[in-house]
Amino acid sequence: MTKRIGRYLPAALVFVGVLGLWELAVRAFGIQQFLLPPPSSIAAAFVEHFDELMTVGRNTLVEAVGGLVIGGVAALVVAFAIARWASASRALLPFAIAANSVPIIAFAPIMNNWFGILNPLSKMMVVAVLVFFPIMINTLRGLTLVDQASLELMRSYAASERAIFAKVRVPNALPYIFTALKVSATLSLIGAIVAEYFGGARSVLGQFIITEAAFFRFANAWAAIVVASAVSIAFFLIILAIERVAIPWHASARIVDSS
Amino acid sequence: MLSSIYTFAVFRAARSVLSFLVVIAALAVLWEVVKLLGGDPSEAWTPPFQWTVASDLNMPHLWDIAASFVEPAQRNGPPLGIVLVNAGFFTFREAFGGFVFGAVLGLALAIVFVHSRMLERALVPYVVASQTVPIIAIAPVVVIWLRGGWLAVAVISAYLTFFPVTIAGLRGLRSPDPRALELMRSYASSSRDVLLKVRLPAAAPYLFAAFKIAATSSVVGAIIGELPSGIRDGLGGAILNFNQFYVSGPPKLWAAIIVAAIVGIGFFALVRAAEVLFLRGRTAPSDA
Amino acid sequence: MTDSVVRVRGVDKVFGIGADKTPALQSIDLEIPKGAFVSLIGPSGCGKSTLLRLIGDLTQPSAGTIEVNGKTAHRARVDRDYGMVFQAPVLFDWRTVQGNVELPLEVSAKDRAGRADRARAMLALVELSGFERRYPWQLSGGMQQRVAIARALSFEPAILLMDEPFGALDEMTRERLNLELLRIWKQTGTTTVFVTHSIPEAVFLSTHVAVMSARPGRILEVIPVDLPQPRNDLTREDERYFGFIKRVRERLRGRDVVRPGAAEVAAS
Repeated sequence: MTKRIGRYLPAALVFVGVLGLWELAVRAFGIQQFLLPPPSSIAAAFVEHFDELMTVGRNTLVEAVGGLVIGGVAALVVAFAIARWASASRALLPFAIAANSVPIIAFAPIMNNWFGILNPLSKMMVVAVLVFFPIMINTLRGLTLVDQASLELMRSYAASERAIFAKVRVPNALPYIFTALKVSATLSLIGAIVAEYFGGARSVLGQFIITEAAFFRFANAWAAIVVASAVSIAFFLIILAIERVAIPWHASARIVDSS
Repeated sequence: MLSSIYTFAVFRAARSVLSFLVVIAALAVLWEVVKLLGGDPSEAWTPPFQWTVASDLNMPHLWDIAASFVEPAQRNGPPLGIVLVNAGFFTFREAFGGFVFGAVLGLALAIVFVHSRMLERALVPYVVASQTVPIIAIAPVVVIWLRGGWLAVAVISAYLTFFPVTIAGLRGLRSPDPRALELMRSYASSSRDVLLKVRLPAAAPYLFAAFKIAATSSVVGAIIGELPSGIRDGLGGAILNFNQFYVSGPPKLWAAIIVAAIVGIGFFALVRAAEVLFLRGRTAPSDA
Repeated sequence: MTDSVVRVRGVDKVFGIGADKTPALQSIDLEIPKGAFVSLIGPSGCGKSTLLRLIGDLTQPSAGTIEVNGKTAHRARVDRDYGMVFQAPVLFDWRTVQGNVELPLEVSAKDRAGRADRARAMLALVELSGFERRYPWQLSGGMQQRVAIARALSFEPAILLMDEPFGALDEMTRERLNLELLRIWKQTGTTTVFVTHSIPEAVFLSTHVAVMSARPGRILEVIPVDLPQPRNDLTREDERYFGFIKRVRERLRGRDVVRPGAAEVAAS
């Protein structure tokens, strides 16, 4: 227990220290609100607008989760389908990697036009495309980068391709899939917020931040930023918890890693 | 020996470019087939279905997109192609600046963390948490701080790029065999020597893997950074602009997206080429 | 010789094609009687592992025939006649020790009900009772290799193929596992083919040591090792044990010319 406290103590001290310095600096140097509101104002704004922040946060979270589910399922289906043909996987992987370096966010206005600017589906689709490639690429890697000796062992039992897939390839891919899901959790929320920037329903985090900033109510905007971070950290931690339960054998569960 | 590695790499690159082009061509065919089945009716052809997604407004014909490149972007202005190429270079400059800032900052943090367990514990959680902050929301603040311009966008872009470099750098700097470190200790070498001769070379494959991610992120960061900062010379500005006038010219937005895609893929390919030249086939253990 | 489990006749193995052709094995003849423990020994790259993989149908011969239990090697593999143990334990990280031992039983869909009992019995055989619910990474290298042996024997294969199974272990662990392997071999009577580069290990374990030449690999001689059974730590101090070691070593150095017909296991 003391070991745990020792582990998290430096981070906690930094948190308190930075907040204190921030507050002090803003007051001592008279930094204007629009440059950086002090933490106390942000906290006050958070309390004052709590209900609204929860509503916009929930709406954005729905877009993010919906997009992650759509994109994730599509990515898994595609990866599982093409992993069976080794040559197809090899040919498609570079394409997927290249496609992954396309700034997907540029498609946000297109999605607005396709699925309706007020329809949350338009934001979900931006998120779905955004998370599709990382999950697809990682799943494909996990299904194909299998230890040769394991395959040989299965061959010595005259195991069918299906048995090899179910007992070797899929378990081997699970850690890769979870790595991608953890990245995608954060990505999905940021993607949803950026997509909201291109217009749509008002009651979402992105629009809330834009509106409040436009009226120079920066403490409110920062309170919303804090909500966005908190939601995405929570999302990440939930996936981490699922990972710990689902793949207890994996290295990441053995040692408490620093990342 | 070396030349054969390069020949092999060139051969492989040529093959992936070729299959890339094949996939692009397949997508183009698919696009027009969808339009043929559910697009807007023309004098020559009435499609059997009517899909909103496939209308000329939502999915312009590929030749219309191609044609938009040579038509003037605004009345009496230069052709859209020129405008977009300029915007592409502008955004690339921001992205490249962001990439360099991010890479330097990311590597510096990794080097600090590898030498101080205390600082690692104190700061790494915040490095991770930093990536959950939607940069589009803090971009306006940064722009005000730095008084606008492409440098401000580069800083915003660096916010996205330093992260993968720090995480991969930390893993890479820790990757050398402990016996190699002990060997260096037996020579009584300074920690600077250990860093330069053991840790950094060992980290190189990890770093390049991160640089490839950072290249992509830097372009995304530059485009996102332009949106709320009122910078209209880059691709983010172009996308925002053509989005506003979408109804009057859907192909223009598509043209801007295509240029953005080329910048993203191009930067990635550039870093990949540097990786091949520098590492000569060494690779980092893949992530799981 | 109707009781031969493995019958290798005139087998050649060539790797690569065209100008890159490298002969790995040349005119291999080998007969392995039921219940025998045969070691393949030779310099690095002599193709001893390749020969083992040929018998196990993990690769195909360029010429010649391989019969296992009177069937083709392929048929024997499909009939699940082989238990393989590699140099690395090749355990699945995502399965417990118990789950790893049950793997071949699951794949062959044999004995669904008795699967867990069978796996537990095998773990008892390799003296790992109580470790069923551990994961492989919680075990030492020697223990992992014992799990691999339990897994190989769990479905009662007709023949056990071992490719330098103890090569990565330290000398003390290796000697202990040698004793354990002999005990298991005595207890189960499984015909065993064992690849090694350790002369003392080959002599100590085997009923026959097949000495192979450098590339292209040929069998120089099959030396019957008629040290008394059961063997134990005292065997390692026996005069005749050293005699056999000397004989194998001299054969490996190539003091003698190849005698025709030497590559047949004497009827035992």
